Amino acid sequence: MDRTEWKVLKEIAELEKVPQGAYNFRVNGQLDERKVTANIDIASKTDGKPGIDITVKPGTRGESVHIPVVLSMSGLTDVVYNDFYIGEGADVDIVAGCGIHNTGCETSQHDGIHVFHIGRNARVRYVERHYGEGPGTGARILNPRTEVYLEEGASMTMEMTQIRGVDSTIRDTVVEVAAGGECIINEKLMTDGAQTAESNVEIILKGDGATGRVISRSVGRGRSVQVFRPCMTGKADCFGHVQCDSILMDQAKIKSIPAIDAQSVDAQLIHEAAIGRIAGDQILKLLTLGLTEEEAEEKILEGFLN
Amino acid sequence: MLEISHLRYDVTAEDGAELDILQDISLTVEDGKLVVITGPNGGGKTTLARTIMGLNQPTGGSIRWNGQDITNLSITDRAKAGVSYGFQQPPRFKGMKVRDLIALAAGKEALTPAEGCQYLTQVGLCADDYIDREVDASLSGGEVKRIEIATILARRAGLMIFDEPEAGIDLWSFARLTETFENIHKGGDSTLLIISHQERIIRLADEIVVIEAGRVAKHGPQEEIFPQIMARTLPGCGYMREGAC
Repeated sequence: MDRTEWKVLKEIAELEKVPQGAYNFRVNGQLDERKVTANIDIASKTDGKPGIDITVKPGTRGESVHIPVVLSMSGLTDVVYNDFYIGEGADVDIVAGCGIHNTGCETSQHDGIHVFHIGRNARVRYVERHYGEGPGTGARILNPRTEVYLEEGASMTMEMTQIRGVDSTIRDTVVEVAAGGECIINEKLMTDGAQTAESNVEIILKGDGATGRVISRSVGRGRSVQVFRPCMTGKADCFGHVQCDSILMDQAKIKSIPAIDAQSVDAQLIHEAAIGRIAGDQILKLLTLGLTEEEAEEKILEGFLN
Repeated sequence: MLEISHLRYDVTAEDGAELDILQDISLTVEDGKLVVITGPNGGGKTTLARTIMGLNQPTGGSIRWNGQDITNLSITDRAKAGVSYGFQQPPRFKGMKVRDLIALAAGKEALTPAEGCQYLTQVGLCADDYIDREVDASLSGGEVKRIEIATILARRAGLMIFDEPEAGIDLWSFARLTETFENIHKGGDSTLLIISHQERIIRLADEIVVIEAGRVAKHGPQEEIFPQIMARTLPGCGYMREGAC
């Protein structure tokens, strides 16, 4: 990888050198570097599809897998299929994400299709950052699809962040949670200029004691457009909460369509959604602390997206 | 020194009527003094405090702080000149942590644990419990109010204006708060202007200003003005005494 690619990697995975544990760096549609450990195997797919199978042995604890993708070649469309098999009782961190550096006038696009099979009582913390940069006029497009299948007692916390530089994104996330399982999705999104973003999240709580939470925070600036469709379905004695908050600025437009679907009398489902501009009294308070209006706005957004 | 001269603040009501919220207010507060502003609801106390901070732009008169005319300065520039104001109803910030807000107030990138503890303890909050909480709707009104006061303490400004700091605060925390005001006053580095109706705070004052109907109705030493205020309260009202009617 060259310096530009390392810079993108730092944005998406906070990496300045190869990480500890297992990793797989994919650059411009090709494997760049890979390392496996005694407990975590990464293998290229053998069915002809581009992508990898990541297998974590049962009981693996405190290990991590980094699988970042960098696109620095303009005009490249990279589709990748990554399947994760997390063994029973494992407890691991997975850091994914994609960064595009586009210097040309052609579109660069990455569609990452991730499928997680998470075994009984396993715990996964998944971090995914999407980022775009580059002086080119070519569009930077990211369309991820994430499917998660949580077995009994398994849990997954997903931090999905896209703060800048992605012109267009359609993000689909589907999660099935078995009895006693838990899925928490923290989604943070900011769009600017003429960017568009669409996020469709569906969590299906299938077993008793299953829990699901979607906490979505977004900021729309410029003339950007965002659409959110989080849906929580309860099919058992379960608890689900959808919370969407958006700050609207400039001429941006945000549509939020949360849905809750109770298919069991014991399902407890809640949704909350709010969209509005930055409250005037928040700005005034920060002005009285000596900040300028621009600094106040940035601090409020920084806190909001946290 | 804070010098307010012939300050006016007029607004036009929806029905077109002119409302004189502040009418020709003149007031001088010497450095290091603790002055309590009190008076009936709707008299203009909060408007006066907000006008000093620049949250309302006066329609007449002038405000000088440390010899500088700040009447037309922006809120930011007034803050930089050493004016601070604790809101009567502070805003909440979704996602912003107590440590971030206090760090902003202190003008620092980050707070040390000792600093966080120092400011929060002075308003009766335990730093361990609050420093990493968000300043959002999960906090009660009294908690947000105390964090607001902590931001003013962290600013260490030359002029500290507090707008009904006692509102919404429980009795135990209130006692701690009055000690804090007393300590700042003893330190002598800041001038305190406190809008309050609480006897314990009024008794800390060097001077009392009574604002009524947009004017300074009384201004003088605490020893002189406080008995006059008490005489006008219900227990001090001759008509309310048993057998008087």
